[in-house]
Amino acid sequence: MQSIFRKIQFVKNFLTCFFVLILSFSGLSQDHGEHENQDAHGAEVTNETAHAGDEEGYNPTPTIMHHIADANEWRFFGNFSLPLPVMIYNTTHKNWFFGSSSQFHPDSHGEGSQKVKGYEMVHSRVVPADGSKYIDFSITKNVAALLLTAVLMLLVFLTVARGYKKREGQAPKGIQSFFEPLIQFVRDEIARPNLGKHTDRFLPYLLAVFFFIWFGNMLGQIAPIGSPNLTGNIAVTAALALFTMLIINFSGTKHYWKHMVDPMGKDMPLLGKIPLYIVLVPIELLGIIIKPAALMIRLFANVTAGHIIVLSLVSLIFVFGNAGQSLGGSIGGAAVAIPFTLFIGLIELLVAFLQAFIFTILSAVFIGMAIDDGH
Amino acid sequence: MEVIGAGLAVIGAGLGIGLIGAKAMESIARQPESLSDIRNLTIITAALVEGAALFAIVVALL
Repeated sequence: MQSIFRKIQFVKNFLTCFFVLILSFSGLSQDHGEHENQDAHGAEVTNETAHAGDEEGYNPTPTIMHHIADANEWRFFGNFSLPLPVMIYNTTHKNWFFGSSSQFHPDSHGEGSQKVKGYEMVHSRVVPADGSKYIDFSITKNVAALLLTAVLMLLVFLTVARGYKKREGQAPKGIQSFFEPLIQFVRDEIARPNLGKHTDRFLPYLLAVFFFIWFGNMLGQIAPIGSPNLTGNIAVTAALALFTMLIINFSGTKHYWKHMVDPMGKDMPLLGKIPLYIVLVPIELLGIIIKPAALMIRLFANVTAGHIIVLSLVSLIFVFGNAGQSLGGSIGGAAVAIPFTLFIGLIELLVAFLQAFIFTILSAVFIGMAIDDGH
Repeated sequence: MEVIGAGLAVIGAGLGIGLIGAKAMESIARQPESLSDIRNLTIITAALVEGAALFAIVVALL
């Protein structure tokens, strides 16, 4: 009996891992083909507003959008840019393009001065010059930031684990003592109240998602390395929300699914249930998708809004100074913008932790509701 | 036009989170030993309310 139960558990775990692996690639490739016309239209609109603003002064919108968006090169502080590999599959010509973003010789605005094999770099993105449809598999700035976050997490937590093994029974020392209260916080405040006796099953996932979002948010706040906007990319947050959705639905008990289609159970006579269920059951079924979608949008919008606020405040300097034409205006703008930016930066540090906490605790609550065995 | 929509959404968020904060203060004043429970619930509820406002901001950005 135990062995059959273990086999079912193994199959469940294997299927979850399999789907997670397959679907995690969706965050790394983006299909731009169908959006070509829409992108051009969006660029036209932005250019129109840019030109309209030129008469009054400097328009910061294109620069802000350029800084939040993903890019095929990683721009650090100043003029230094790290070239990233470019891998594009052209679906119109059905061929691949492998290269490096340094081949395009981008200037400080991300406009490439060189065309390579029919591709050019516009606004730091490599696009086919003839407008054909393509799928971008490159290691872009967000993918590089994702890998950097993963490497950072591995470094930190492998060190912590090694410290625990070496110092068995002794007090923690060094980086161990920094992360131990955080890990205990996740276990005692987030996992245990919601998961009860199933804490150990889901604690690895909750810890992973908590520290990934926190490290990713923090990386995006470091301006000198170019503020990689990892969690502000909706594909990344969509992948995280997808993991939560898969875990919730693959570990849902029979009670959970019964509750989905029959919320009231024996408490209500059949005649009373029918009009109620016409409204209630679709809402419950839609909730399976909407709850993780809310997780995704909450994280994405919070982080993106934070970046936009910081960039807008810094652009105040340029707006007041009329993009370099008025020195007194620039100084006044700096005097206003810099304290505000510091203040918002502090709030952003809090938001980085808070959004990780909120994502994790809501995931724990949803998982707890799914594995609930009833009274 | 979208900025007006975003501004209206933020009014809702501000009111909601202000109400949450006010009720949290009152309940902590009534029962100081439930501080940590109330703090956790306050933060979760504030994030949910802000999530609703952020839906509107994302639609405004689109």
